[in-house]
Amino acid sequence: MSYPENLRYTKEHEWVRAEGDVGTIGITDHAQKELGDIVYVDLPKVGARIEQGKSLGSVESVKAVSDIYSPVSGEIVEVNESLGQAPEKLNQDPHGSAWLVKVRMSVPDELKQLLSAADYQTYVGAES
Amino acid sequence: MITKVRSHITQNEPPLFERSSPGKKGYQLPVLDVPPVDAVAALGAANVRPEIDGFPEVSEVEVIRHFTRLSTWNYAIDLGMYPLGSCTMKYNPRVNELVARLDGLAWAHPYQPETLAQGAMEIMARLEAALAEITGMDAVTLQPAAGAHGELTGILLIRALLEKRGNPRRKILVPDSAHGTNPATAATAGYAVENIPSNERGMVDVAGLERIVDKDVAALMVTNPNTLGVFEENIKSIAEILHKKGALLYMDGANMNALVGIAKPGDFGVDVMHLNLHKTFSTPHGGGGPGGGPVAVKKIFEPFLPLPRLKHARNKWSFDYKRPRSIGRVRAFYGNFGVMVRALAYILAHGGNGLRNATVDAVLNANYLRKKLEPHYDLPYKAPNMHEVVFSDERQAKRGVRTGDIAKRLIDYGFHPYTVSFPLIVHGALMIEPTETESKLELDLFVEAMTSIAGEIDTDPELVRTAPHSTRTSRVDEVTAARRPILRWKPGETASKAAD
Amino acid sequence: MLAACGLASAEDLFSHLPDDVRLKQPLALAPGISEYEIVDYFRARAAENANGYASFLGAGVYAHYRPVLVDAVVSRGEFLTSYTPYQAEISQGTLATIFEFQTMICQLTGMDVANASMYDGSTALPEAALMAARVTGRRRILVARTVHPEYREVLRTYARYEHMPIEELAYVPESGGVNLEQIESTLDDQTAAVVIQSPNFFGIVEQVEAAAELAHRRGALLVVLFTEAVSLGLLRPPAEADIVAGELQSFAIPPSYGGPFAGIIATKERFIRQIPGRLVGETRDSRGHRAFCLTLATREQHIRREKATSNICTNQALIALMATVFMSVYGKQGLRELAEQNLAKAHYLSSQVTPRFTGPFFNEFVASSNGRSPVEINHALLKKKIIGGLPLKQWYPELENGMLLCATEMTRREQMDEVGRAFQAVERVA
Repeated sequence: MSYPENLRYTKEHEWVRAEGDVGTIGITDHAQKELGDIVYVDLPKVGARIEQGKSLGSVESVKAVSDIYSPVSGEIVEVNESLGQAPEKLNQDPHGSAWLVKVRMSVPDELKQLLSAADYQTYVGAES
Repeated sequence: MITKVRSHITQNEPPLFERSSPGKKGYQLPVLDVPPVDAVAALGAANVRPEIDGFPEVSEVEVIRHFTRLSTWNYAIDLGMYPLGSCTMKYNPRVNELVARLDGLAWAHPYQPETLAQGAMEIMARLEAALAEITGMDAVTLQPAAGAHGELTGILLIRALLEKRGNPRRKILVPDSAHGTNPATAATAGYAVENIPSNERGMVDVAGLERIVDKDVAALMVTNPNTLGVFEENIKSIAEILHKKGALLYMDGANMNALVGIAKPGDFGVDVMHLNLHKTFSTPHGGGGPGGGPVAVKKIFEPFLPLPRLKHARNKWSFDYKRPRSIGRVRAFYGNFGVMVRALAYILAHGGNGLRNATVDAVLNANYLRKKLEPHYDLPYKAPNMHEVVFSDERQAKRGVRTGDIAKRLIDYGFHPYTVSFPLIVHGALMIEPTETESKLELDLFVEAMTSIAGEIDTDPELVRTAPHSTRTSRVDEVTAARRPILRWKPGETASKAAD
Repeated sequence: MLAACGLASAEDLFSHLPDDVRLKQPLALAPGISEYEIVDYFRARAAENANGYASFLGAGVYAHYRPVLVDAVVSRGEFLTSYTPYQAEISQGTLATIFEFQTMICQLTGMDVANASMYDGSTALPEAALMAARVTGRRRILVARTVHPEYREVLRTYARYEHMPIEELAYVPESGGVNLEQIESTLDDQTAAVVIQSPNFFGIVEQVEAAAELAHRRGALLVVLFTEAVSLGLLRPPAEADIVAGELQSFAIPPSYGGPFAGIIATKERFIRQIPGRLVGETRDSRGHRAFCLTLATREQHIRREKATSNICTNQALIALMATVFMSVYGKQGLRELAEQNLAKAHYLSSQVTPRFTGPFFNEFVASSNGRSPVEINHALLKKKIIGGLPLKQWYPELENGMLLCATEMTRREQMDEVGRAFQAVERVA
C-alpha cells in the first residue's frame, strides 16, 4: 500500500486532507488492517468542536473499540453518513470514499506537526 | 484421534414464530368463578391493546419439542468438561434444584409476614455465617444479584467508609490482569481507574505499588489467586501498603475455588470482597444467569451494608431497616434467594472438610493439566499455579494458528473451549480451569485432545483454522451480525441463505 | 496424579503459599451430610414458612400459575448447566431462545429492540436511567412516587455516585395516577428522563402517551416501568416510551422470597448502541445456515472496561427462558385470556371492599380500611389462613389506612369474600 502524498498523517493512524480551511479526516489503511473487519463507526455531529489529539469518535470491530484521535482542531462541517449503513467501506477504501468527517480547521498551523506520507510509511514500517 | 465423541443427528427447528398458526393453543385456564369484566369498560378503550402482533400460537407438543430440540444444540456441564478459566464450571448437584423448588421456599412472597418466613430467613442467616467463616470476614450481605453487582456494592461500601472518614478519594487501582468488570465497576461507582502493570512473574509489583499509592487512592481491586491462577504471594505487604496510606484492599473472589479451606482472605488483609455463588458454590450457570454475588466485609464496614439486615432477637428472625449509614438498597427485596438455597445446600453437603477437599482436587487437577500440556504449549508465567493455568499460543501462532482456532478445534473433540485471549497480559492466552469435578479419565481425554491438536497444527494447520467441522452450526459470521444487527424475528426477514 | 505432578502429598500443592496466610485449623463448619439429610433440612425450613395460605400480596411479586412445561424445559441439563453462549457453535440452543425472548419482549412492549435480560426490574430501572443520561447528555431524573418504593431506593443508590439528581413526582390524590401537571412544571432542560410505572405501584394504569408528550417537549426521554408483566396481555403497550424497563417475575418465575427474577430493558432502534446488557443477533454460519450469536459486544465491560455502558456481566438466561416458555405456552390468545381473568378477579375483589383511588386498575388496587388498621385486618385474616394485602403506611404515611390488594387467576372467589368480610367486620365495629 502506498500512502497518498496529498494527505498528512498522525502516529495514531489518522489522516487529514486540507482544502482551503476545510480538512477531511479519515483513518489509514494500516489502521483498518490492524482493526480487522470494521462493524461500526461512532462519529460526532455537525457543529461539534474537536481538538487536535483528542478523541473525536471511535471505530469498532467485533471485539475491539479504538478511539479516533483528531489530527487537527476545529468545527465539524460534514459527517460521512454512508458509513452508518456500510462500515465495511472503511476496510475497502480508507483513504477515499470512507473518509469520516470534514472539519473547518481553526489552527491551520497544526498541519505542520503531522507526518508526510513518506514519514508515515517509515513509521508504520518501523512499528510493524 | 477423537475418542470422546462421534456425531449424531440433531433436529432442525425454526424460530417458534414460524411454527405458529392462528388459533393453535397450548394452555387451558380454569372456568372463571367471578363475573367477567369488559376490559374496555374497566380500563377505557385507549388503554386496551389490540392483539399482540406476531406473538406465537402453538400447541403444547410443539412447545416441548421446540425447546427440547433447541436444548440439544447446547454443550453443558452435564455433557462433559468445561475448562473455562475464571468461570469455575463445576457440577451442579441436582438435589440443590429439588430443595429450591420446595413449595414453602419457591412460593414464599418477600412481603409475607416475618413470622411466616422464619425458615427462609434462617437459610439466609446460615449462609451468611458459612460465607463469613469461609472468607474469614466479619459480615456478609447476600443482596447483590451477581458478581459484578457484588463488586459495585463492595466499592460503594469502600466509598461510604472513606466519605465517613472525610474524603472518598479519587481513584481505584486495577491490575492489568483484572477482569473487565473491575474497571467498569470502579467507573460506575464514580472513581477514576488507574491500571497498574503486573511484574514479570505476573503478580502485583509491590515496589511499584508503593510508589503509586497516595492520598488519592481509594482502593486496589485484586483478584487472588489472580487471573493467571497465581497466588499473590505478597498479598500481606500489598494490604499493608494500602492500609498505611488509608486506602483499602478489595478482593474479587472469582477464584475463591482455589482458597476455600486453604486460606482466608480475611486473614491476609482483605477489607471487602465478593463471592460468586455460581462459581465456587456450584449454583448452575443456566446459560448465563442467574447468579449470586454476596459481599463479605470486615467489621468496620458493617454499618454501611445494604439494608435490610437480618436480626435475631428473642429466638426470632426479623429484618432491620433502621440503618442510617447504609449505602441503601442495591436490589429490591433480599437478593437471589433461590440461588442462596442452592449454595447453602452445596455447603451443607460438603461440610468444612469436604469443601477443603474440593479445593485440593481443583488445584491438583489444574497442576496435572499443566504438567501434561507444558510439553506442547508455551507457559509464559512459570510461578506455581493454583486452580487454573494459562498457556499462550506462541508456538502455534508461528504456524498461523491462534488460541481462538485451537479453542474451536477442541469442540470437534467433544470439549467446550477454554477461556480465549484472557487475561490480556498473556498474548494469545489459553486459560484452563478444570475444577474438582473432573476425573482423571476426563482430564486425560482433554490432554489427549490438546496434544492431538498441537500435532494437527504441525501437519495440517488449515484443519484447525477452519474448525469446528463436526457441529451442526459451523463458524458463525459475527461480523455481519454486528454490521447489520437483526435482534428480533420479523416475518420474512432472515440473514441465512439456506433453510435451517 | 500427584506423582505425575512430581508431588509427594496434596499438601505440597500449597507449599508455595506464605506460611502466615495458610489456614492452620479446619473450617468451623458442620461435617458434610447426605442427600437425604439435605432434603430433610430444607423441608424443615420450608415448613417454617407460610404453607397452605391464600395470599393477596402483589407489590412487584405476583402469584401466577406456572405451566408444568416451564420446569420441564429449564431442568434440562443442556439449558441448566451451560455457560454464557460466547462459543456460538455449541450454544445455539441458548442463543435461539434468547433471540425469541428478545422478539417476544418487543412484541409485548411495542419497542424495537430488547436486551437478553437484566438481573431484575429493580436494577433495570437505574440502568434505564443511566441509559437516558447517556442518550441525552443530561443528568436529572424525575421519578413518580408511584414507582415501586424499593425500586426507587435502588435508583437512589446507583444515582448518588453518578451525580444524577433524583426528584420525585407526586400522584393525584383522587386517581392515584402520576400528576401530569407536576411533570410539566418540573421538567427542565437538564432533565434526562421522566420515569413512570404502569400499572403503577397502586395498580393504576398511567397515561403513558400524555407523559411521553410532556417529556419529549423538553427533550427528555420517557422511561416506562412495569412490574406486572401479565398486564401487557391486555394493556396498550407503552410504545410512546423511549425506554421500557420491567420485571418478568409474573411469567412463570417463582416468587422465591424475592429472586432470582429477570428484568428487561427495551428501547427504540435509534438508541441501540446505548442499551446495557447482552444482545443476541441473527446471522449465518460459514455454510449459510441460520445462526445466532452475541453481538454488539463492544458496549460491554469485557471489551470497553471502564468506558462500558454498564458493569453488568451477565443476564438471567435461565430465568428469561422460564418467561420464554411461559409466553410460548400461553401465546397470543392465552396471555390475553389470562390477563382478562386477572382483571375480572381484581374487580370482583374491589367490589367487596372500598377502593381508595378512582383510576383504572389491572389486578391490584389500594383498599381503604375504616376503623381498624390494615395490620389488624391482616391479623384477623391470618387466623383464616389468608395472607392479606400490603399495608402502605411504611412508604406512604398519608395512606395509613391503605392496603394494596392483588388478585390473580389463582385467587378464588370464596377467599375474596373472606377478605371482603374482614373489611366489613371492621366497618361494623367502627
